[in-house]
Amino acid sequence: MSEQEQSTVAEPLEVHFPQAVTPDERKGYQGYVVATEALPEVATYARDELGYDYLSSVTGVDYLPEGKTEVVYHAYRTAGGPALVLKVQVPREDPVVPSLVGIYPSADFQEREAWDLLGIRFSGHPNLKRILMWEGFHGHPLRKDYQEVYFEAENKPFKNRWPEGKVYRVEEKAPLKKNVQYPPDFTAEGWVPEGDAALYAGMGQVVAAEGGNGRALNTDQIVVNLGPQHPSTHGVFRLVVTLEGETIVDLEPVMGYLHRNHEKIGERNTFLMNMPYTDRLDYICAMGNNFGYSLAVEKLMGITPPERAEYIRVMMAELTRIVNHLWAIGFLLNDLGAYFTPALYAIEERELVLDVFEAVSGSRMMCNYFRFGGVARDLPEGVLDVVRELVHERLPRKVDELDTYLTHNEIIRARCVGVGVLPPEDAIAYGMAGPVLRASGVPYDVRRADPYSIYDRLDFDVAVRYNGDVYDRYIIRLDEIRQSLRILEQVLRDIPEGEVQTGKPQYQVRVPAGEAYGRVENPKGELGFYVVSNGKPNPWRYHVRAPSFINLTAMGEMCKGQKVADVVAILGSIDIVLGEVDR
Amino acid sequence: MTDGLSNPEVPVPEELRGQVAITTLDKVYNWGRRSSVWPMMFGLACCAIEMICTAASRYDLARFGMEVMRPSPRQSDLMIVSGTVTKKMIPQIVRLYNQMPEPKYVLAMGACASGGGPFKEGYNVVSGVDRFVPVDVYVPGCPPTPQALLHGLMKLQQKIDGQSIRSVRWYRKEASESIPVPILGPDLIDPRDIPHIKAHAPAESPEEAQA
Ligand code: SF4
Repeated sequence: MSEQEQSTVAEPLEVHFPQAVTPDERKGYQGYVVATEALPEVATYARDELGYDYLSSVTGVDYLPEGKTEVVYHAYRTAGGPALVLKVQVPREDPVVPSLVGIYPSADFQEREAWDLLGIRFSGHPNLKRILMWEGFHGHPLRKDYQEVYFEAENKPFKNRWPEGKVYRVEEKAPLKKNVQYPPDFTAEGWVPEGDAALYAGMGQVVAAEGGNGRALNTDQIVVNLGPQHPSTHGVFRLVVTLEGETIVDLEPVMGYLHRNHEKIGERNTFLMNMPYTDRLDYICAMGNNFGYSLAVEKLMGITPPERAEYIRVMMAELTRIVNHLWAIGFLLNDLGAYFTPALYAIEERELVLDVFEAVSGSRMMCNYFRFGGVARDLPEGVLDVVRELVHERLPRKVDELDTYLTHNEIIRARCVGVGVLPPEDAIAYGMAGPVLRASGVPYDVRRADPYSIYDRLDFDVAVRYNGDVYDRYIIRLDEIRQSLRILEQVLRDIPEGEVQTGKPQYQVRVPAGEAYGRVENPKGELGFYVVSNGKPNPWRYHVRAPSFINLTAMGEMCKGQKVADVVAILGSIDIVLGEVDR
Repeated sequence: MTDGLSNPEVPVPEELRGQVAITTLDKVYNWGRRSSVWPMMFGLACCAIEMICTAASRYDLARFGMEVMRPSPRQSDLMIVSGTVTKKMIPQIVRLYNQMPEPKYVLAMGACASGGGPFKEGYNVVSGVDRFVPVDVYVPGCPPTPQALLHGLMKLQQKIDGQSIRSVRWYRKEASESIPVPILGPDLIDPRDIPHIKAHAPAESPEEAQA
């Protein structure tokens, strides 16, 4: 890529901006601290001159003892390579940071999330509203001084709830009604709930779209609400669309209906306690989530798992990918109206893989199988043979079968080809990840671009398609299943004997102070975990870069100008899981 | 089929066996209802995935006459609350419950729906759907396996079997009351709590509340 050539000649950041940019010198930290007002300029330079065109993650950290709030940016080159980490530090009391939406549109939802949960205001953000909580909620929950209704103690493990044999429930100690936080001037009668009226009103004021049937017919624009209880939203997701006739003029995703406070709870848990919680992020891909989190903490601890564990990990991650893509294809077909028959085919194969997961971890879905420095236990006897039979015999046949039934089906082609097109530049700008990004012709796969575990010695191709429409996003999933099978064949051939855990298994790991960002190519895209440790048993900051969430940033772009029935297909082709969107 | 329905105490003549059943109204009525419980198609979180698997070919909910999942509350008899109930979502859940015609049942699937589960301490999590809607069957597990869900559904059938049209709440004279929809205020407000909040609000500044 040409950016890379440029990057060799362009000056590094700290040389180009000697005043505004300084390397982050805290122990265990990396990247640069950027002066607040210089941030847009620095970001533009990093994007245009250094080639960091892909802003992956934006998040904030509340450093309460120092009285500072920090915003952390992770940017990458789509040509591959490690991250550029930028940080901005602002006072905790009234944190204001310039918004990067104009430079990297992918910052849009993430900045809204940081505002919602940490109270960081991003000046210049076009739509700085709460995103996970509702408008009118009191407080910014991820700030360290925020306490929730059932607040018990700052950190886990909590004290015994059975002192002297007497059991109590936490509600009894902190009854719901007493501990609710209301603003000081709150009165029950005076409260006007901030309903949806404002949202709908905002949607109705769109200027008439250019061209299309709508204008010729001169119809009124109407605002239609889909969800949060709707069979095609894959959970509790909500879309508000403005229609002109059948054509979409504007679309806004509304989320947070499954916001389960993953990060707040994660910061109270000990490091290992978070492992089962990661299962519940993208609950179709529990093993993949485990993988990402282990990588982040292992980076901090400076350990690597033994060979055999690495192979087992990759095996589980690739099986997860197959499961996820089967599920995604099945439910995309559901959304297209092929109600449940293709999904049943997909679920049947998924069940067989789930049996493998159950055998190794004891649970079908919530595996909790990875540990820092290895996996929880070795493979039980016979599992390798089951996987062998699946990988060599059954799954390839079944994938071909799906391929034969679906790929050239006329209705599928009519509904998918040319629908919801996302050009490659937009895909990068909006921070799309995973199959959505690669179906737009950007061959970016973390397993290749920034290899982790043993992916650098495995032989596979990064699947890529070029049209960026729903059809390509469907077909790329078939491609990826085939590549995963290829990886699995090599893993099964080469898996060595030996230990599966570095050192002794521990409940309470010692994690040195510092920060780490671990990322994996999860089936839905780049899953990143940003973990900050201050040397205590609990993480100081625990943030998840959720691919489903960020992939929704471009939803509006993809849908504009399409028909209302296509929205469902486009959403299905992005393949979201609400546990991860809302966390 | 008629064998299960018949009242064994009333003899049926030999030649009519298998064609005529003598039974009670309750039994026929309950038999009809228990064999065609239509769940609402409504997935909240991880548990919903296991619910879908239960409906799929391996576990096959159709064996219980329950495979007809209805996306509309107006056509469904059973709400399977399959997942974490959040404060942002509970107004919708209550509204959906109110919209379901009676007889209606609620099954709390999984630890989250039953009592908050692993996310109980969260600021946006309602610790159990039974704080707002009445629950008939609780299924433990995180997530409950499809077998566990099936067991819960069979428990529900047992419950239906035991009901009598003389005493069920939906045949009483007075109309059943709908549940007040919670309000999204500074925190979640249960309208039933408003008198309490009114009585305590001035004294309860946030600092004092935590003290
Ligand atoms: S009970 Fe467990 S599996 Fe079910 S929704 Fe809650 S966290 Fe998910």
